[in-house]
Amino acid sequence: MPKKDLANDETTIEKLTHLGRKLKNQLYDADSENLTIETKVRSKSNVEYDEEDGRLELGDSFSQRKFLNISHARKFMQTTLVASKAKELVENGRTASIREVYYQLKHTVPGLDENTFEDQDESNNVVVDIETATGAIREDLHLFAEPKGRLFGPIKINDSGDTIDGMSMGSAGMAIPSIVDHLEFEENNADFILVVETSAMVNRLVEEDFHEEQNAIIIGTGGQPARGARRLINMMHNELDLPVYVFTDGDPWGYYIYSVLKSGSMSLAFQSDRLATPDAKLIGMTMEDIETYDLHHVTEDLKGKPKGSGGPTKDFKRIHDVMDYEWMKNDDWQNQLQKMLDMGVRVEQQALAAQSLEFVANEYLPNKIENEEFLD
Amino acid sequence: MSEGMEQPEMEESDHKEISVAEFFEKNRHLLGFENPQKSIITVTKEAVDNSLDACEGDEILPEIHVLIDEIGDEKCRIEIRDNAIGLDRETIPKVFGKLLYGSKFHKLQQSRGQQGIGISASAMYAQLTTGEPVTVWSKQEGEPCHKFVVRIDTEKNEPEIIEDEVVGKDSDEFPGGKDYYFDHGTTIEMNIEAKYTGGHHSVKNYLKHTAIMNPYARIVLREPDGNKIEYPRVSKDLPQKPKEIKPHPHGVELGIMMRMIEGSSARTVSSFLQNEFTRVGRTSADDICEEAGIDSDRRPNTLDKDEIETLLKAAQNVKLQSPPKDCLSPIGEELIEKGLQKELNPDMIFAETRKPKVYKGNPFQVEVGLAWGGDIDEEGSFDELRFANKVPLLYKKSSCVTTKAVEEVSWNRYNVSQTGDRPQGPLYILVHIASVWVPFTSEGKEAVANYEDIRKEMKLALQEVGRKLGRELKRQERREIQEKKKRQLTSYAKEMGPAIVELAGEGSPEEIEEKIQAMVHADYNPEQL
Repeated sequence: MPKKDLANDETTIEKLTHLGRKLKNQLYDADSENLTIETKVRSKSNVEYDEEDGRLELGDSFSQRKFLNISHARKFMQTTLVASKAKELVENGRTASIREVYYQLKHTVPGLDENTFEDQDESNNVVVDIETATGAIREDLHLFAEPKGRLFGPIKINDSGDTIDGMSMGSAGMAIPSIVDHLEFEENNADFILVVETSAMVNRLVEEDFHEEQNAIIIGTGGQPARGARRLINMMHNELDLPVYVFTDGDPWGYYIYSVLKSGSMSLAFQSDRLATPDAKLIGMTMEDIETYDLHHVTEDLKGKPKGSGGPTKDFKRIHDVMDYEWMKNDDWQNQLQKMLDMGVRVEQQALAAQSLEFVANEYLPNKIENEEFLD
Repeated sequence: MSEGMEQPEMEESDHKEISVAEFFEKNRHLLGFENPQKSIITVTKEAVDNSLDACEGDEILPEIHVLIDEIGDEKCRIEIRDNAIGLDRETIPKVFGKLLYGSKFHKLQQSRGQQGIGISASAMYAQLTTGEPVTVWSKQEGEPCHKFVVRIDTEKNEPEIIEDEVVGKDSDEFPGGKDYYFDHGTTIEMNIEAKYTGGHHSVKNYLKHTAIMNPYARIVLREPDGNKIEYPRVSKDLPQKPKEIKPHPHGVELGIMMRMIEGSSARTVSSFLQNEFTRVGRTSADDICEEAGIDSDRRPNTLDKDEIETLLKAAQNVKLQSPPKDCLSPIGEELIEKGLQKELNPDMIFAETRKPKVYKGNPFQVEVGLAWGGDIDEEGSFDELRFANKVPLLYKKSSCVTTKAVEEVSWNRYNVSQTGDRPQGPLYILVHIASVWVPFTSEGKEAVANYEDIRKEMKLALQEVGRKLGRELKRQERREIQEKKKRQLTSYAKEMGPAIVELAGEGSPEEIEEKIQAMVHADYNPEQL
């Protein structure tokens, strides 16, 4: 496979060099008593929901990471290590997984009883820091995560010269890489994209030839969608003008997955324009499905206890958390979540199998699409 | 006994005088001889206390040797030598061969022993458990050395002298030979039923505690296996000698008052009060009599029991000056620090000697010391060093006022962690009460009673040293954080040098690292958080 030579490489090197020069200047400046790196605050307090665009966006709060502040020092050191490694990668036209970078940089710090990185979470966090500090996204930095998510359907994709046919990927599907910006869509015969939360449901739909029967691109996210999958959905929607339907469990976690796809996430709010797909719609499961498809006997009780009852609040707390997000404030969502609270139940995608195995592929989804029964 | 109940005739004839020896045998636990392990500590304690008291009384820097040999199953030979002024020929047999003979019982003066019962009780114990008499050598300066072998005649409570001779310095009979030669002093040797052990309750620990509280003494212990332990002298300053005082009316009970009247030669109640008590002058004596409604010119021995009680009550109601405090002999902060330093070798020591206070008419004074870190074991809870008139208390810790006072202090406020009420850490807590009359909880003199006045003084003293320890621990903690931070940043600098050069695309890693190191160094301040 040819080495990646991305269009942004030159700018990326410039951005990283700028960061290095800034640090160096601070060291040579007699008035400067500390080393600092400016990053944008990525906590909830600095995330805003842009109603017009339907996306989460990062506010203007900056935070200074100070080397001489002992609670910042370790992360500061790690940031310089990962940033210089990224620069090396870009300069050499290589890409590396963040796991590889983690192993490349991990070693015992001389004179201390600690490692540069103790686990991969530490390096992953640092990567996001560098993205916000330099404005170069992870793809630009030539850093990728493990592939997560898979694709089926009537679409041909070119990946670095190889053509991949979404219709001939067997039962496993095409693995969605962590970096997708270089993918090109050669041929598309799909009518819509169906994003599916659980792997089991993807398997069911593929076995029923749903993608063939309905001309659909099925994207399995395996839980919370990775940024590669989110970026790919965004690209397909924008370039191929395909509608996006999201199919999740009927519980607060499923609805949050939908909201991340639609509006973006808090931790990656600075990239919402690339990752979020505001036009996405939820196809199910909704609380109404329980009534419509007579699923009463296959619902599950919410875990935990309602607020104020003294017990652990688990699912109940999560529902209230999701209800409080600004981007979930519209009546339809508040309704769904309130119903969930009132009924005290959640309903899984697989519950539809109570009717029959084929039911979801042959009736549930086609009916909803035909009747345009979506939640927005 | 309820009224009207007839006494059986038999009972009358059953009553008979019991001998001192019989009493001792039945009540040996009261005097600290309940088992062979404790008995050896008691014998050591009685002899060492006497030696220290004797030395201090004559302002001699004490030098004490304790030699212990095992001579059979649960039997030991114990020999204790001192360099005090020595005893004259007439006194020796009485001190060791007659129970309840002593110089201390009738005096109100701070001393280690209070009743003068201990050493003759030890002799009695030896006699009972091994059937053997005790041997005493005593030499006064410029006089020959007298050797006595003495038994106690238990029927009469009189010494029975078996041997009485003068031994020359070169004689084989002279105790210890040249290694132990003192120009003056007393040596006592006895065989007793005993078990020599280690641990908290041991001769060794007892002497260690003694050495802490008496740092001006040199004490040597030779254990049965020949091992010699020296507790060195680290100060040549003896504490101030306590003055003898008369009782204060506020601290006297009815029985004692009655006995005092009986023994007094005063002709009037007024002069009795003035002569026999401290802080009672002519005016106060007359005030007391007036309050009691008793003619101050009456002869004291005409007072009946009720009148004496009225008089005592009146005396306790009349406002009197507190008793004088020069009857107390605290060892002082400096000596506490020296004692703790030499035996424990800690990191930090804090000591506090409170001003004298009075409980129930008895002057007393509290001293405390804290030793932290260094050679002190980190494991588990703190160790307590309890003293009454410089004598270590090893037993009955939980019923002692010292323990209650320690538990009343909020140690975690002073950066010392706690399990329950008890502080934890590499910590020794020393508490000393000095008093003419220490209120022990029992005859065994093992724990001090929980009087509020005393507990309060101990608590205040502990809080004072606790604050000092807390401040120092805080400072130490800050210093450690600063040092850790410096160590960490210094190491990070080595990582960051090359990384920043790679990022900037210019510069030398060594120079960048140096710049970072300089920045870290400029920021380093061990006194600041």
